[in-house]
Amino acid sequence: MTTSLIGQPLPRVDGHAKVTGSARYAADFNQKGQAYAVIVSATVGLGRISRIDSAEVEDMPGIIAVITHRNAPRLPYGPHKSYIDPATGERLHMLQDDRVRFHGQPVAVVVADALDRAERGAAALRISYEAEQPVVDPSQAEPIIPEAAAQPGAMIPADKARGDADEALARARVTVDATYEIARENHNPMEPHATIAAWTGERLTLWSKSQFVVNEQAETAAIFGIPPEHVQVICPFIGGAFGTSLRTWPHVTLAAIAARQVGRPVKLVLTRKQMFFTTGHRPRSLQRVALGSAADGKLAAIVHEGSGETSRYEEFIEALTQPSTYLYSCQNVRTRYRLRPLDIGTPNHMRGPGEASGVFALECAMDELSYAVGIDPIELRRRNEPAIDEGVNKPFSSRSLMKCYDEAAARFGWSRRDPRPRSMRDGRLLIGMGAASATYPAFQAPSSARVRLLADGIAEVEVAASDMGPGTYTSMTQIAAEMLGLPVDQVRFRLGRSDYPPAPSHGGSWTMASVGSAIRAACIAVREDAARRAIADQRSRVFGASPEEVEWAEGRLRRRGDAVAGQPYREIVASAGAPIEAGASAQRDPEVAGRYSMHAFGAVLAEVAVDPDVGTIRVRRAVGAYGIGRVVNPRLARSQCTGGMIGGIGMALMERTVLDPRDGRPVNAHMADYLVPVNLDIPALEAHFVDEMDPHVNPLGVKGLGEIALIGMAPAIANAVFHATGKRVRTLPIRIEDVLTA
Amino acid sequence: MLPFRIEKVSTEQDAIQAALAGGRYIAGGTTLVDLMREEVERPKRLIDINALPLDDIRAEGSDLIIGALARMADVAAHPDVLRLQPLIAESLIEGASPQLRNMASIGGNLLQRVRCPYFRMLDAPCNKRTPGSGCAAIDGLNAGHAILGTSDHCVATHPSDLAVALVALGATVRVRGPQGGRSFPVEQLYRLPGDTPHLEHTLQPGELIVDVNVPGGAHSRRARYLKVRDRASYEFALVSTAAALEIEDGVIRQVRLAAGGVGTRPWRLRASEDALIGKARDRQAFEAAAQLALEGARPLSGNHYKLELLPRTIVRALEMAVEAA
Amino acid sequence: MDHQSPEQFPVQSQVGTDAQFRLSRRSALQPAAGAASRTVVSGAAADVPSIPVAEPMRVRLIVNGEVRDLELDPRQSLLDVLRETLDLTGTKKGCNQGACGACTVLRNGERIVSCLTLAAMHDGAEIMTIEGLAKGEELHPLQTAFIEHEGLQCGFCTPGQIMSGLGCIKEGHARSAEEIRFWMSGNICRCGAYPGIVAAVTKAAAES
Repeated sequence: MTTSLIGQPLPRVDGHAKVTGSARYAADFNQKGQAYAVIVSATVGLGRISRIDSAEVEDMPGIIAVITHRNAPRLPYGPHKSYIDPATGERLHMLQDDRVRFHGQPVAVVVADALDRAERGAAALRISYEAEQPVVDPSQAEPIIPEAAAQPGAMIPADKARGDADEALARARVTVDATYEIARENHNPMEPHATIAAWTGERLTLWSKSQFVVNEQAETAAIFGIPPEHVQVICPFIGGAFGTSLRTWPHVTLAAIAARQVGRPVKLVLTRKQMFFTTGHRPRSLQRVALGSAADGKLAAIVHEGSGETSRYEEFIEALTQPSTYLYSCQNVRTRYRLRPLDIGTPNHMRGPGEASGVFALECAMDELSYAVGIDPIELRRRNEPAIDEGVNKPFSSRSLMKCYDEAAARFGWSRRDPRPRSMRDGRLLIGMGAASATYPAFQAPSSARVRLLADGIAEVEVAASDMGPGTYTSMTQIAAEMLGLPVDQVRFRLGRSDYPPAPSHGGSWTMASVGSAIRAACIAVREDAARRAIADQRSRVFGASPEEVEWAEGRLRRRGDAVAGQPYREIVASAGAPIEAGASAQRDPEVAGRYSMHAFGAVLAEVAVDPDVGTIRVRRAVGAYGIGRVVNPRLARSQCTGGMIGGIGMALMERTVLDPRDGRPVNAHMADYLVPVNLDIPALEAHFVDEMDPHVNPLGVKGLGEIALIGMAPAIANAVFHATGKRVRTLPIRIEDVLTA
Repeated sequence: MLPFRIEKVSTEQDAIQAALAGGRYIAGGTTLVDLMREEVERPKRLIDINALPLDDIRAEGSDLIIGALARMADVAAHPDVLRLQPLIAESLIEGASPQLRNMASIGGNLLQRVRCPYFRMLDAPCNKRTPGSGCAAIDGLNAGHAILGTSDHCVATHPSDLAVALVALGATVRVRGPQGGRSFPVEQLYRLPGDTPHLEHTLQPGELIVDVNVPGGAHSRRARYLKVRDRASYEFALVSTAAALEIEDGVIRQVRLAAGGVGTRPWRLRASEDALIGKARDRQAFEAAAQLALEGARPLSGNHYKLELLPRTIVRALEMAVEAA
Repeated sequence: MDHQSPEQFPVQSQVGTDAQFRLSRRSALQPAAGAASRTVVSGAAADVPSIPVAEPMRVRLIVNGEVRDLELDPRQSLLDVLRETLDLTGTKKGCNQGACGACTVLRNGERIVSCLTLAAMHDGAEIMTIEGLAKGEELHPLQTAFIEHEGLQCGFCTPGQIMSGLGCIKEGHARSAEEIRFWMSGNICRCGAYPGIVAAVTKAAAES
């Protein structure tokens, strides 16, 4: 096997489709005779629907149906839970009762022959509610122990301790003890959620935005009580998602209900405002981090207590406090994780779920400690670099944190930093430089794949995976091409159909590890099959060779060391008389998984400029260095990485969904009011990958990149803001008013 | 969106007659279509005035005349605007996005509706949208709202950057209506909310903005617009200031100041102006004058920071104006 | 120009005389103190006297060089006509609020957002969408530059970015990276491909 393709910075194989507008996203699959559905969202934050006057709307021009809990079909809603659903609680059931659990919950759907008519009908539908007072402020909710986190051996434990952190903290020479708050954030991908549903008899096709098509298939089948094979989910392109399309949200069911009710295909697209209601969000979090250290900065105690909001009907948990158990060496560590149930929709994973929020608190606290002990922030981390994962007492499969700091510091020019707060200026502007670590687990989930060699020399590869932007199409094509010894333009990689071999959800930075490993396995399987045939074929140039002495290269099977001769694929397939197909699955070896702690690490350095007069904060430059194992396509990886850093800029300085405490409505549910970075906000960003060979994580040696790219940015910026202004802001996003009086 | 009819007009007379018969003027439509989609605006008749010959931009001596149908982008790039009133160009390109600036007209920009989120939500009380229904912002989320010119019935800020610049520069607006034409200062186009927040401006039925006249002066060259916001572009102002200065031998001879993001209408800062005349152009004078801008300010639960940010923005804008020449 | 019509904005003489306004400072967003619940009504069916049916209008658009004679509901945005009537789905609906730029097209050569404009107001206009840019298999240099410089990830904002980039270059606002960042800030890319977008526009501007 050559290594010519993996590691190459190839341009995107789907680039042409995306720059010509021919890449089709869910709402682009217009169907003949389709009707348009528009959701009516509850305008109260809690209560019951007491009356719906639908007759008036039904008489309006073009209206085909007004579907409410009064006339909607009673659906089986069979049991269904995937690992991306909260373990505790039950998903919302659509139009099955009169209850309103949170502001914006769907309460009706209006279907018309044209979009403007459906929108008018939805706006006109008169609904009366008996409204009650919702509670949407986490500080007013009693923390509870999440049921799933209380189980012995839970992946995300509610309470975890080693040593006696509180006692060590009390005795520590130097301490910092602070609380941090992070706002609710919405994913706000550019593509709104959309589903086009069409029934043919008892079979349902969904062109639907999904990061997990096989789960959407299974869940929809369970909801409607039909066999999963009667549901087909199609999603070749995703217009960004960042976690919001992991779960199957209510609109998918509503589109299917509507299509069945009106007997024609129905297109349902959420409005931007509705994107703030029922499609998950990064939960608002409250955290306390207390650190104790000796005078030399060696950590003696870490206490990390955090809570996140959840809904009243599901317990969404994330690894908020987990990083504090392994990021640094410390004998006494105590973490506590709680939930605060509120009258809101269930949160869900948003890029870097858990870790992004938890690392923010820990890394700001580390920065505070660096000033308290008078040690450079990077040096402080060096002094607390652990030899093993002390949380689980296992070696790291690989860990390059300090290598990342060295690389980032050199490229950033960290040595030019004057450590004193408010000491650096550029003209009028206050300049600050901040550092933070990033970490995220290197997951791998079971996946399968199918490879088919065709007579024209093309290899088709199929997996029910997704590509929300990182470049799955391209990187998987590279892996298959390399494994099969083919040029990339002879590999056709297809994804985004639920009838392809199942893949895990497209999230958690595990697509490369999971799907890539499955494709690798399927390629090996198809090679073996083809080799068997060629070796047995008397007409073949490798007839009679032993399987060990053949190799795959340049589109042919040949004897090792024989550079010219060999049997081309197309001839092997031609002899077979039909395409040669093989499927395979891959998952992490549980024995290896039990031996190592597997995480990616990174270091982020950021420079900000703060206007001392009017308080504006701009990131001027940032350098991130990451140890993520093998990089399959550095060009795409770098782009994905700087994109994540930009997400971190949003988290640090802009993003916040504000709920009105009186009725739970998101007040800024608008793209002009929920701020995300625009082009002018983005400075020079550099992402670098340190050399890291990790033989343990998976055969490809990849750790994943999507989450970690965002994780360290917000604390690096917050720490830079402190360095610039001397004011410690522990609330995200950091806004002008926070530094105005610094 | 509610059903409506669109009619195109090609003369001002036809436009005015159609408006008197109940029509709404539409040009770029970037505010109106947006709010019609939310059903906050519900016109039954739209009068498309884009064919009227009102898009001229020209200099008359030191005066600048800007037709009401000139597009924001065209005004911002026009050589006479850049030569005579660079402040106007700066206020324009700091607003909206390049695409919206290609669409939005000057007249429509001046008559933008407020950005209060509750105004946009049909299911929230809003005295401006539904008189008598109450104000959701006063006891609600109001970080972006006004501290000056508010009433117990409305606290929304006027969003136009251009209007702030025009008010500072003492521009006049010329309108034509069924009774003929009239001119008045741009500042007088806007009403305070008082107990009638649904009345935003002083146009009479059928009146059409024809153009805006910006008188030139020695201050016009030394003028800057500073817009403070959380992201670098494509956001409404938290606080903004238009500042224009005439300085002779280090002494301020003339000054024009107006602020956005703080008032229920574009807010001319006369007390600050008066305090600066005859003073040396130094930071102490700027800071003292800027404090006077807060006269009568009434902060809400969420926008106390504007009491701090407004004077600082004024000071910085004045400094930028000093550096401009 | 969004001048207010008389029925929306009563003339000045009526100011202060209308006794039906009982202005309340209290908002009605929450139950009164002590009350367990209150009745809230939403929906706008009955309170609006309106013409029941939008009369269709005949509109001619020249889309990517092709004359399209259409009969449209006046309410239809240019964006919805492109996507739903003409099935030109390359132009994207990101926010429908004029706040993201995903729906950017060229109208008579100028970049505009197609969501905030009524198609019926563009009778006779030339509209260019992303579908009209390549000449057969030959990509426009800006399209090529977007691929070469990683100006995209998920691709959803890309058609709008490219159409906006064409406008930016034509306007002469692509002379430096800083200038491009400013003049491309009407197009949000949530994936954060901004560095690549700036590089792509820079490259194409240099070639044009």
